[in-house]
Amino acid sequence: MKRLWIWQVLLLVAIFAFWQLATDPELIPPFVWAENASRAAFFFGEPRKIFAVIWEWFTGGTIYKHLWVTLQETALAFVIGATLGLAVGLWLGLSPMASALFDPYITALNAMPRVVLAPIFMVWFGLGIWSKVALGVTLVFFIVFFNVYQGVKEVSPVVLNNAVMLGANRKQLLRHVYLPSATSWLFSSLHTSVGMAFVGAVVGEYLGSASGVGYLIQQAEGAFDINTVFAGILVLTVFALVVDFVVGRVERRLLVWRPGRSETIEL
Amino acid sequence: MTGAAVSFEGITCTFAARGGGSYTAVRDVSLSVDEGEFVSVVGPTGCGKSTLLNVAAGLLRPSEGTLRVFGEPLAGINRRAGYMFQTDALLPWRNALENVTAGLEFRGVPGGESTRRAQEWLARVGLEGFEDRYPHQLSGGMRKRVALAQMLILDPQILLMDEPFSALDIQTRQLMENELLELWSANRKSVIFITHDLEEAISLSDRVVVLSAGPATRPIGEFTIDLARPRDVAETRLQPRFLELHDRIWHSMKEEVLKGYAQTRNRMVAA
Repeated sequence: MKRLWIWQVLLLVAIFAFWQLATDPELIPPFVWAENASRAAFFFGEPRKIFAVIWEWFTGGTIYKHLWVTLQETALAFVIGATLGLAVGLWLGLSPMASALFDPYITALNAMPRVVLAPIFMVWFGLGIWSKVALGVTLVFFIVFFNVYQGVKEVSPVVLNNAVMLGANRKQLLRHVYLPSATSWLFSSLHTSVGMAFVGAVVGEYLGSASGVGYLIQQAEGAFDINTVFAGILVLTVFALVVDFVVGRVERRLLVWRPGRSETIEL
Repeated sequence: MTGAAVSFEGITCTFAARGGGSYTAVRDVSLSVDEGEFVSVVGPTGCGKSTLLNVAAGLLRPSEGTLRVFGEPLAGINRRAGYMFQTDALLPWRNALENVTAGLEFRGVPGGESTRRAQEWLARVGLEGFEDRYPHQLSGGMRKRVALAQMLILDPQILLMDEPFSALDIQTRQLMENELLELWSANRKSVIFITHDLEEAISLSDRVVVLSAGPATRPIGEFTIDLARPRDVAETRLQPRFLELHDRIWHSMKEEVLKGYAQTRNRMVAA
Protein backbone atom coordinates (compact mmCIF):
# COMPACT_ATOMS: atom_id res chain seq x y z
CA MET A 1 0.00 0.00 0.00
CA LYS A 2 2.68 2.47 -1.03
CA ARG A 3 0.14 4.61 -2.81
CA LEU A 4 -2.11 4.80 0.23
CA TRP A 5 -1.90 8.58 0.44
CA ILE A 6 -3.27 8.92 -3.09
CA TRP A 7 -6.39 7.00 -2.09
CA GLN A 8 -6.67 9.02 1.09
CA VAL A 9 -6.60 12.27 -0.92
CA LEU A 10 -9.07 10.88 -3.45
CA LEU A 11 -11.45 9.95 -0.64
CA LEU A 12 -11.22 13.48 0.74
CA VAL A 13 -11.93 14.98 -2.68
CA ALA A 14 -14.88 12.62 -3.12
CA ILE A 15 -16.37 13.65 0.21
CA PHE A 16 -16.12 17.34 -0.65
CA ALA A 17 -17.48 16.75 -4.15
CA PHE A 18 -20.50 14.92 -2.78
CA TRP A 19 -20.99 17.66 -0.22
CA GLN A 20 -20.90 20.35 -2.91
CA LEU A 21 -23.24 18.37 -5.13
CA ALA A 22 -25.78 17.81 -2.37
CA THR A 23 -25.88 21.37 -1.10
CA ASP A 24 -25.44 23.50 -4.23
CA PRO A 25 -28.80 25.12 -5.11
CA GLU A 26 -28.11 24.94 -8.87
CA LEU A 27 -26.15 21.79 -9.68
CA ILE A 28 -28.91 19.21 -9.19
CA PRO A 29 -32.62 19.68 -8.46
CA PRO A 30 -33.33 19.80 -4.68
CA PHE A 31 -34.65 16.45 -3.44
CA VAL A 32 -35.32 16.95 0.27
CA TRP A 33 -36.42 20.55 0.45
CA ALA A 34 -38.08 20.77 -2.94
CA GLU A 35 -39.78 24.07 -2.08
CA ASN A 36 -36.53 25.90 -1.33
CA ALA A 37 -33.36 25.09 -3.25
CA SER A 38 -30.97 27.00 -0.97
CA ARG A 39 -32.13 25.42 2.28
CA ALA A 40 -29.58 22.59 2.12
CA ALA A 41 -26.82 25.15 1.78
CA PHE A 42 -28.27 27.05 4.75
CA PHE A 43 -28.01 24.02 7.03
CA PHE A 44 -24.87 22.33 5.72
CA GLY A 45 -22.87 25.06 4.03
CA GLU A 46 -21.23 24.84 0.64
CA PRO A 47 -17.63 23.63 0.32
CA ARG A 48 -16.98 26.19 -2.44
CA LYS A 49 -17.95 29.04 -0.14
CA ILE A 50 -16.24 27.45 2.84
CA PHE A 51 -12.95 27.34 0.97
CA ALA A 52 -13.52 30.90 -0.19
CA VAL A 53 -13.78 31.95 3.47
CA ILE A 54 -10.62 30.04 4.36
CA TRP A 55 -8.79 31.55 1.38
CA GLU A 56 -9.92 34.99 2.46
CA TRP A 57 -8.72 34.32 6.03
CA PHE A 58 -5.26 33.24 5.01
CA THR A 59 -4.65 35.71 2.18
CA GLY A 60 -6.20 38.58 4.11
CA GLY A 61 -4.12 37.56 7.14
CA THR A 62 -6.99 37.85 9.65
CA ILE A 63 -6.70 34.22 10.77
CA TYR A 64 -3.10 34.27 11.99
CA LYS A 65 -3.85 36.33 15.08
CA HIS A 66 -6.59 33.91 16.11
CA LEU A 67 -4.54 30.81 15.39
CA TRP A 68 -1.66 32.23 17.39
CA VAL A 69 -3.95 32.86 20.38
CA THR A 70 -5.32 29.30 20.22
CA LEU A 71 -1.82 27.87 19.88
CA GLN A 72 -0.59 29.87 22.86
CA GLU A 73 -3.51 28.71 25.00
CA THR A 74 -2.97 25.09 23.97
CA ALA A 75 0.76 25.18 24.67
CA LEU A 76 0.42 26.92 28.02
CA ALA A 77 -2.40 24.63 29.15
CA PHE A 78 -0.34 21.60 28.20
CA VAL A 79 2.89 22.73 29.85
CA ILE A 80 1.26 23.88 33.08
CA GLY A 81 -1.11 20.91 33.28
CA ALA A 82 1.62 18.38 32.52
CA THR A 83 4.03 19.88 35.06
CA LEU A 84 1.38 19.88 37.79
CA GLY A 85 0.26 16.38 36.86
CA LEU A 86 3.84 15.10 36.91
CA ALA A 87 4.60 16.67 40.28
CA VAL A 88 1.39 15.56 41.99
CA GLY A 89 1.55 12.12 40.35
CA LEU A 90 5.09 11.54 41.61
CA TRP A 91 4.19 12.81 45.05
CA LEU A 92 1.06 10.70 45.50
CA GLY A 93 2.68 7.70 43.83
CA LEU A 94 5.52 7.72 46.32
CA SER A 95 3.53 8.59 49.42
CA PRO A 96 0.88 6.01 50.29
CA MET A 97 -0.41 8.22 53.12
CA ALA A 98 -1.09 11.21 50.86
CA SER A 99 -2.55 9.05 48.14
CA ALA A 100 -4.97 7.36 50.57
CA LEU A 101 -5.98 10.77 51.94
CA PHE A 102 -6.61 12.42 48.57
CA ASP A 103 -8.02 9.43 46.72
CA PRO A 104 -11.75 10.30 47.01
CA TYR A 105 -11.08 13.94 46.11
CA ILE A 106 -9.12 13.03 43.02
CA THR A 107 -11.87 10.64 41.92
CA ALA A 108 -14.56 13.27 42.51
CA LEU A 109 -12.65 16.03 40.68
CA ASN A 110 -11.94 13.76 37.76
CA ALA A 111 -15.57 12.64 37.49
CA MET A 112 -16.82 16.24 37.53
CA PRO A 113 -17.45 17.65 34.02
CA ARG A 114 -14.80 20.39 34.02
CA VAL A 115 -16.41 22.40 31.25
CA VAL A 116 -18.85 23.77 33.85
CA LEU A 117 -15.86 25.46 35.47
CA ALA A 118 -15.41 27.70 32.42
CA PRO A 119 -17.73 30.47 33.68
CA ILE A 120 -15.95 30.46 37.03
CA PHE A 121 -12.54 30.74 35.34
CA MET A 122 -13.87 33.63 33.29
CA VAL A 123 -14.83 35.44 36.47
CA TRP A 124 -11.45 34.69 38.01
CA PHE A 125 -9.12 35.21 35.07
CA GLY A 126 -11.12 37.46 32.73
CA LEU A 127 -11.85 37.05 29.04
CA GLY A 128 -8.16 36.86 27.98
CA ILE A 129 -6.16 33.72 27.37
CA TRP A 130 -5.72 32.73 31.01
CA SER A 131 -9.30 31.56 31.59
CA LYS A 132 -8.87 29.22 28.58
CA VAL A 133 -5.49 28.07 29.85
CA ALA A 134 -7.06 27.29 33.22
CA LEU A 135 -9.78 25.21 31.60
CA GLY A 136 -7.18 23.31 29.53
CA VAL A 137 -5.06 22.74 32.63
CA THR A 138 -7.93 21.06 34.47
CA LEU A 139 -8.35 18.71 31.52
CA VAL A 140 -4.65 17.96 30.97
CA PHE A 141 -3.79 17.63 34.64
CA PHE A 142 -5.87 14.53 35.27
CA ILE A 143 -4.68 12.64 32.21
CA VAL A 144 -1.05 13.28 33.08
CA PHE A 145 -1.62 12.73 36.77
CA PHE A 146 -3.21 9.30 36.33
CA ASN A 147 -0.54 8.20 33.87
CA VAL A 148 2.35 9.33 36.05
CA TYR A 149 0.76 7.82 39.15
CA GLN A 150 0.43 4.53 37.29
CA GLY A 151 4.00 4.87 36.02
CA VAL A 152 5.32 5.24 39.55
CA LYS A 153 3.25 2.33 40.83
CA GLU A 154 4.38 0.07 38.00
CA VAL A 155 8.10 0.63 38.19
CA SER A 156 9.51 -2.88 37.88
CA PRO A 157 10.51 -4.04 41.38
CA VAL A 158 13.54 -5.78 39.88
CA VAL A 159 14.81 -2.59 38.26
CA LEU A 160 14.18 -0.77 41.51
CA ASN A 161 16.04 -3.39 43.57
CA ASN A 162 18.88 -3.31 41.07
CA ALA A 163 19.23 0.46 41.44
CA VAL A 164 19.16 0.06 45.22
CA MET A 165 21.89 -2.59 45.07
CA LEU A 166 23.95 -0.34 42.81
CA GLY A 167 23.91 2.16 45.64
CA ALA A 168 21.15 4.63 44.72
CA ASN A 169 19.80 6.65 47.63
CA ARG A 170 16.21 7.88 47.83
CA LYS A 171 16.85 11.04 45.86
CA GLN A 172 18.76 9.15 43.16
CA LEU A 173 15.96 6.59 42.91
CA LEU A 174 13.53 9.43 42.30
CA ARG A 175 15.78 11.07 39.72
CA HIS A 176 17.02 7.94 37.90
CA VAL A 177 14.22 5.40 38.27
CA TYR A 178 10.85 6.92 39.16
CA LEU A 179 11.14 10.05 37.04
CA PRO A 180 12.18 8.31 33.78
CA SER A 181 9.51 5.69 34.28
CA ALA A 182 6.87 8.32 35.02
CA THR A 183 7.87 10.52 32.07
CA SER A 184 7.65 7.56 29.72
CA TRP A 185 4.04 7.18 30.77
CA LEU A 186 3.62 10.92 30.41
CA PHE A 187 4.83 10.74 26.82
CA SER A 188 2.61 7.82 25.99
CA SER A 189 -0.33 10.02 26.97
CA LEU A 190 1.09 12.96 25.02
CA HIS A 191 -1.37 12.75 22.14
CA THR A 192 -4.37 12.62 24.44
CA SER A 193 -3.16 15.38 26.73
CA VAL A 194 -2.19 17.76 23.94
CA GLY A 195 -5.58 17.05 22.39
CA MET A 196 -7.25 17.90 25.69
CA ALA A 197 -5.31 21.15 26.00
CA PHE A 198 -6.62 22.03 22.55
CA VAL A 199 -10.20 21.15 23.53
CA GLY A 200 -9.89 23.33 26.62
CA ALA A 201 -8.63 26.27 24.58
CA VAL A 202 -11.31 26.06 21.88
CA VAL A 203 -14.22 25.41 24.25
CA GLY A 204 -13.04 28.28 26.44
CA GLU A 205 -12.90 30.60 23.45
CA TYR A 206 -16.32 29.49 22.30
CA LEU A 207 -17.85 30.23 25.69
CA GLY A 208 -16.51 33.75 25.89
CA SER A 209 -13.52 35.56 24.43
CA ALA A 210 -12.42 38.26 22.04
CA SER A 211 -10.01 36.23 19.91
CA GLY A 212 -9.07 32.70 18.91
CA VAL A 213 -10.53 30.28 16.37
CA GLY A 214 -13.26 29.26 18.82
CA TYR A 215 -14.29 32.91 18.98
CA LEU A 216 -14.53 33.11 15.17
CA ILE A 217 -16.83 30.10 15.13
CA GLN A 218 -18.99 31.51 17.88
CA GLN A 219 -19.32 34.87 16.07
CA ALA A 220 -20.24 33.24 12.78
CA GLU A 221 -22.80 31.05 14.48
CA GLY A 222 -24.43 34.13 15.99
CA ALA A 223 -24.92 35.46 12.45
CA PHE A 224 -26.19 32.10 11.06
CA ASP A 225 -23.14 32.11 8.76
CA ILE A 226 -22.81 28.35 8.46
CA ASN A 227 -20.02 28.53 5.88
CA THR A 228 -17.75 30.43 8.26
CA VAL A 229 -18.57 27.96 11.06
CA PHE A 230 -17.47 25.09 8.84
CA ALA A 231 -14.42 27.03 7.74
CA GLY A 232 -13.44 27.46 11.40
CA ILE A 233 -13.99 23.76 12.05
CA LEU A 234 -11.82 22.80 9.05
CA VAL A 235 -9.02 25.14 10.12
CA LEU A 236 -9.16 23.72 13.65
CA THR A 237 -9.04 20.17 12.32
CA VAL A 238 -5.99 20.82 10.17
CA PHE A 239 -4.38 22.68 13.05
CA ALA A 240 -5.01 19.68 15.34
CA LEU A 241 -3.48 17.35 12.75
CA VAL A 242 -0.35 19.50 12.52
CA VAL A 243 0.00 19.65 16.31
CA ASP A 244 -0.47 15.88 16.52
CA PHE A 245 2.20 15.34 13.87
CA VAL A 246 4.67 17.52 15.78
CA VAL A 247 3.86 15.66 19.00
CA GLY A 248 4.50 12.35 17.24
CA ARG A 249 7.91 13.60 16.12
CA VAL A 250 8.80 14.77 19.62
CA GLU A 251 7.65 11.46 21.07
CA ARG A 252 9.87 9.51 18.70
CA ARG A 253 12.88 11.59 19.66
CA LEU A 254 12.32 11.24 23.39
CA LEU A 255 11.44 7.56 23.59
CA VAL A 256 14.29 6.00 21.60
CA TRP A 257 14.92 3.58 24.45
CA ARG A 258 11.43 2.13 24.13
CA PRO A 259 11.13 -1.24 22.43
CA GLY A 260 8.48 -1.79 19.78
CA ARG A 261 9.77 -0.43 16.48
CA SER A 262 11.51 -2.95 14.29
CA GLU A 263 14.94 -1.89 13.18
CA THR A 264 15.30 -3.50 9.79
CA ILE A 265 15.65 -1.47 6.62
CA GLU A 266 14.67 -2.30 3.08
CA LEU A 267 17.60 -3.23 0.86
CA MET B 1 40.88 -17.73 53.83
CA THR B 2 40.09 -15.53 56.77
CA GLY B 3 36.65 -16.46 58.00
CA ALA B 4 33.22 -16.08 56.50
CA ALA B 5 32.28 -13.34 54.07
CA VAL B 6 28.59 -14.03 54.54
CA SER B 7 27.04 -16.13 57.25
CA PHE B 8 23.41 -16.96 57.75
CA GLU B 9 22.69 -17.72 61.40
CA GLY B 10 19.33 -19.36 62.06
CA ILE B 11 17.57 -17.35 59.37
CA THR B 12 13.80 -17.79 59.20
CA CYS B 13 11.57 -15.84 56.81
CA THR B 14 7.84 -15.88 57.37
CA PHE B 15 5.50 -13.93 55.10
CA ALA B 16 1.90 -12.93 55.72
CA ALA B 17 -0.13 -15.05 53.34
CA ARG B 18 -2.94 -13.62 51.25
CA GLY B 19 -6.25 -14.07 53.01
CA GLY B 20 -4.76 -14.41 56.51
CA GLY B 21 -2.34 -16.90 58.00
CA SER B 22 1.35 -17.03 57.26
CA TYR B 23 3.80 -18.79 55.02
CA THR B 24 7.29 -19.74 56.09
CA ALA B 25 9.55 -19.73 53.05
CA VAL B 26 12.81 -20.64 54.76
CA ARG B 27 13.27 -21.98 58.27
CA ASP B 28 16.32 -21.94 60.47
CA VAL B 29 18.95 -21.72 57.75
CA SER B 30 22.55 -21.61 58.86
CA LEU B 31 25.12 -21.37 56.14
CA SER B 32 28.37 -19.59 55.66
CA VAL B 33 30.38 -18.61 52.62
CA ASP B 34 34.11 -18.03 52.98
CA GLU B 35 36.05 -15.21 51.48
CA GLY B 36 36.83 -16.02 47.87
CA GLU B 37 34.61 -19.09 47.85
CA PHE B 38 32.16 -19.93 45.08
CA VAL B 39 29.08 -21.54 46.59
CA SER B 40 26.09 -22.70 44.58
CA VAL B 41 22.71 -23.21 46.15
CA VAL B 42 20.48 -25.69 44.37
CA GLY B 43 16.96 -26.75 45.18
CA PRO B 44 13.62 -27.56 43.61
CA THR B 45 11.61 -24.72 42.08
CA GLY B 46 9.75 -22.48 44.48
CA CYS B 47 11.82 -23.47 47.48
CA GLY B 48 12.82 -20.01 48.64
CA LYS B 49 16.29 -19.78 47.11
CA SER B 50 15.73 -16.20 46.07
CA THR B 51 14.49 -15.36 49.55
CA LEU B 52 17.87 -16.33 50.98
CA LEU B 53 19.66 -14.19 48.44
CA ASN B 54 17.45 -11.20 49.18
CA VAL B 55 18.29 -11.60 52.86
CA ALA B 56 22.00 -11.62 52.03
CA ALA B 57 21.51 -8.49 49.92
CA GLY B 58 19.67 -6.72 52.72
CA LEU B 59 16.61 -6.26 50.51
CA LEU B 60 14.62 -8.48 52.87
CA ARG B 61 14.80 -8.56 56.65
CA PRO B 62 14.62 -12.05 58.12
CA SER B 63 11.84 -12.74 60.64
CA GLU B 64 14.38 -14.44 62.85
CA GLY B 65 18.12 -14.96 62.88
CA THR B 66 21.10 -12.82 62.01
CA LEU B 67 22.96 -12.27 58.79
CA ARG B 68 26.61 -11.38 59.22
CA VAL B 69 28.81 -9.81 56.58
CA PHE B 70 32.50 -10.18 57.42
CA GLY B 71 31.45 -10.74 61.02
CA GLU B 72 29.23 -7.67 61.32
CA PRO B 73 25.45 -8.05 61.63
CA LEU B 74 23.83 -6.56 58.52
CA ALA B 75 21.58 -3.54 58.93
CA GLY B 76 19.96 -2.16 55.80
CA ILE B 77 21.34 -2.77 52.32
CA ASN B 78 24.48 -4.88 51.99
CA ARG B 79 26.88 -2.33 50.50
CA ARG B 80 29.61 -4.89 49.96
CA ALA B 81 27.48 -7.05 47.71
CA GLY B 82 26.66 -6.95 44.02
CA TYR B 83 23.42 -8.55 42.90
CA MET B 84 22.70 -10.11 39.54
CA PHE B 85 19.01 -10.71 39.04
CA GLN B 86 17.25 -13.55 37.28
CA THR B 87 15.12 -11.28 35.12
CA ASP B 88 16.23 -8.21 33.23
CA ALA B 89 17.11 -5.52 35.69
CA LEU B 90 18.88 -3.02 33.46
CA LEU B 91 17.47 0.49 33.46
CA PRO B 92 15.60 0.45 30.14
CA TRP B 93 15.97 4.22 29.55
CA ARG B 94 19.76 4.07 29.73
CA ASN B 95 22.01 2.68 27.02
CA ALA B 96 24.60 -0.01 27.74
CA LEU B 97 27.32 2.46 28.74
CA GLU B 98 25.02 4.49 30.97
CA ASN B 99 23.80 1.30 32.62
CA VAL B 100 27.35 0.29 33.48
CA THR B 101 28.20 3.75 34.82
CA ALA B 102 25.04 3.90 36.94
CA GLY B 103 26.63 2.54 40.13
CA LEU B 104 29.64 4.84 39.86
CA GLU B 105 27.33 7.77 39.19
CA PHE B 106 25.33 6.98 42.34
CA ARG B 107 28.60 7.01 44.27
CA GLY B 108 29.55 10.40 42.90
CA VAL B 109 32.44 9.29 40.67
CA PRO B 110 33.11 12.06 38.08
CA GLY B 111 31.62 11.46 34.61
CA GLY B 112 34.85 11.23 32.62
CA GLU B 113 36.41 8.62 34.86
CA SER B 114 33.27 6.49 35.14
CA THR B 115 32.83 6.53 31.36
CA ARG B 116 36.42 5.39 30.85
CA ARG B 117 36.06 2.60 33.38
CA ALA B 118 32.70 1.52 31.95
CA GLN B 119 34.18 1.32 28.45
CA GLU B 120 36.92 -0.89 29.84
CA TRP B 121 34.38 -3.15 31.47
CA LEU B 122 32.19 -3.35 28.39
CA ALA B 123 35.27 -4.38 26.42
CA ARG B 124 36.09 -6.98 29.06
CA VAL B 125 32.65 -8.60 28.71
CA GLY B 126 32.96 -8.46 24.91
CA LEU B 127 30.61 -5.59 24.18
CA GLU B 128 32.94 -3.07 22.61
CA GLY B 129 31.03 -0.99 20.10
CA PHE B 130 27.67 -1.61 21.75
CA GLU B 131 27.95 1.34 24.15
CA ASP B 132 25.03 3.29 22.74
CA ARG B 133 22.57 0.41 22.41
CA TYR B 134 19.52 0.40 24.62
CA PRO B 135 18.65 -2.82 26.48
CA HIS B 136 15.82 -3.69 24.09
CA GLN B 137 18.28 -3.53 21.20
CA LEU B 138 20.54 -6.15 22.79
CA SER B 139 20.10 -9.90 22.81
CA GLY B 140 19.43 -11.78 26.05
CA GLY B 141 23.08 -12.83 26.37
CA MET B 142 24.31 -9.28 25.72
CA ARG B 143 21.97 -7.91 28.36
CA LYS B 144 23.43 -10.39 30.85
CA ARG B 145 26.92 -9.21 29.94
CA VAL B 146 25.91 -5.61 30.56
CA ALA B 147 24.41 -6.67 33.91
CA LEU B 148 27.64 -8.47 34.77
CA ALA B 149 29.73 -5.39 33.93
CA GLN B 150 27.26 -3.19 35.80
CA MET B 151 27.79 -5.27 38.93
CA LEU B 152 31.54 -5.91 38.65
CA ILE B 153 32.57 -2.31 37.93
CA LEU B 154 31.74 -1.51 41.57
CA ASP B 155 34.19 -4.21 42.67
CA PRO B 156 31.89 -5.76 45.29
CA GLN B 157 33.43 -8.27 47.69
CA ILE B 158 30.40 -10.51 47.54
CA LEU B 159 28.54 -11.52 44.40
CA LEU B 160 24.94 -12.61 44.76
CA MET B 161 23.65 -14.28 41.61
CA ASP B 162 20.05 -15.41 41.25
CA GLU B 163 19.82 -17.87 38.37
CA PRO B 164 21.47 -15.23 36.21
CA PHE B 165 21.78 -17.37 33.09
CA SER B 166 18.59 -19.41 33.33
CA ALA B 167 16.89 -17.50 30.52
CA LEU B 168 19.71 -18.08 28.03
CA ASP B 169 20.06 -20.82 25.45
CA ILE B 170 22.53 -23.56 26.29
CA GLN B 171 25.46 -22.39 24.12
CA THR B 172 25.25 -18.77 25.26
CA ARG B 173 24.89 -20.03 28.77
CA GLN B 174 28.11 -22.08 28.72
CA LEU B 175 29.94 -19.13 27.19
CA MET B 176 28.71 -16.86 29.95
CA GLU B 177 29.59 -19.43 32.62
CA ASN B 178 33.14 -19.69 31.33
CA GLU B 179 33.45 -15.93 31.22
CA LEU B 180 32.14 -15.67 34.74
CA LEU B 181 34.71 -18.22 35.93
CA GLU B 182 37.48 -16.34 34.16
CA LEU B 183 36.51 -12.98 35.65
CA TRP B 184 36.07 -14.57 39.05
CA SER B 185 39.43 -16.37 39.08
CA ALA B 186 41.21 -13.14 38.12
CA ASN B 187 39.91 -11.50 41.28
CA ARG B 188 38.37 -13.96 43.69
CA LYS B 189 35.19 -12.77 45.33
CA SER B 190 32.78 -14.66 47.49
CA VAL B 191 29.94 -15.87 45.32
CA ILE B 192 26.52 -17.18 46.21
CA PHE B 193 25.12 -18.60 43.01
CA ILE B 194 21.50 -19.70 43.00
CA THR B 195 20.44 -22.19 40.37
CA HIS B 196 18.09 -25.09 39.80
CA ASP B 197 20.54 -26.63 37.37
CA LEU B 198 22.74 -29.12 39.18
CA GLU B 199 25.27 -29.40 36.33
CA GLU B 200 25.74 -25.66 36.29
CA ALA B 201 26.20 -25.67 40.06
CA ILE B 202 28.85 -28.41 40.04
CA SER B 203 30.82 -27.07 37.11
CA LEU B 204 31.10 -23.59 38.61
CA SER B 205 31.45 -24.06 42.34
CA ASP B 206 33.76 -24.92 45.19
CA ARG B 207 30.79 -26.10 47.20
CA VAL B 208 27.19 -27.02 46.44
CA VAL B 209 24.45 -26.62 49.02
CA VAL B 210 21.22 -28.53 48.48
CA LEU B 211 17.98 -27.12 49.81
CA SER B 212 14.85 -29.05 50.72
CA ALA B 213 11.53 -28.48 48.97
CA GLY B 214 9.45 -25.59 50.29
CA PRO B 215 7.75 -24.45 52.44
CA ALA B 216 10.14 -24.07 55.38
CA THR B 217 13.17 -24.73 53.22
CA ARG B 218 16.45 -25.60 54.86
CA PRO B 219 19.79 -26.98 53.67
CA ILE B 220 19.83 -30.77 53.58
CA GLY B 221 23.26 -31.43 52.19
CA GLU B 222 26.59 -29.84 51.40
CA PHE B 223 29.08 -31.16 48.89
CA THR B 224 32.63 -30.00 48.30
CA ILE B 225 33.47 -29.95 44.61
CA ASP B 226 37.10 -30.97 44.29
CA LEU B 227 37.40 -30.58 40.53
CA ALA B 228 40.59 -28.91 39.35
CA ARG B 229 40.60 -25.26 38.31
CA PRO B 230 40.74 -23.57 35.88
CA ARG B 231 37.73 -25.30 34.45
CA ASP B 232 35.92 -25.25 31.18
CA VAL B 233 32.28 -25.84 32.00
CA ALA B 234 31.63 -27.96 28.92
CA GLU B 235 34.72 -30.16 29.37
CA THR B 236 34.36 -30.50 33.13
CA ARG B 237 31.02 -32.19 32.56
CA LEU B 238 32.75 -35.11 30.87
CA GLN B 239 35.11 -35.93 33.72
CA PRO B 240 34.39 -39.12 35.73
CA ARG B 241 34.68 -37.21 39.00
CA PHE B 242 31.99 -34.80 37.78
CA LEU B 243 29.63 -37.66 37.03
CA GLU B 244 30.33 -39.22 40.40
CA LEU B 245 29.56 -35.96 42.23
CA HIS B 246 26.51 -35.38 40.09
CA ASP B 247 25.23 -38.82 40.94
CA ARG B 248 25.73 -38.37 44.69
CA ILE B 249 24.14 -34.91 44.83
CA TRP B 250 21.27 -35.92 42.59
CA HIS B 251 20.45 -38.85 44.88
CA SER B 252 20.22 -36.54 47.86
CA MET B 253 18.05 -34.11 45.89
CA LYS B 254 15.75 -36.48 44.06
CA GLU B 255 13.26 -36.97 46.82
CA GLU B 256 13.01 -33.23 47.43
CA VAL B 257 12.58 -32.48 43.76
CA LEU B 258 9.73 -34.96 43.55
CA LYS B 259 8.19 -33.46 46.68
CA GLY B 260 8.49 -29.97 45.22
CA TYR B 261 7.00 -31.15 41.96
CA ALA B 262 4.06 -32.80 43.70
CA GLN B 263 3.38 -29.63 45.68
CA THR B 264 3.48 -27.42 42.62
CA ARG B 265 1.13 -29.79 40.85
CA ASN B 266 -1.26 -29.91 43.81
CA ARG B 267 -1.22 -26.13 44.01
CA MET B 268 -2.08 -25.95 40.33
CA VAL B 269 -4.88 -28.46 40.71
CA ALA B 270 -6.21 -26.59 43.75
CA ALA B 271 -6.06 -23.31 41.84
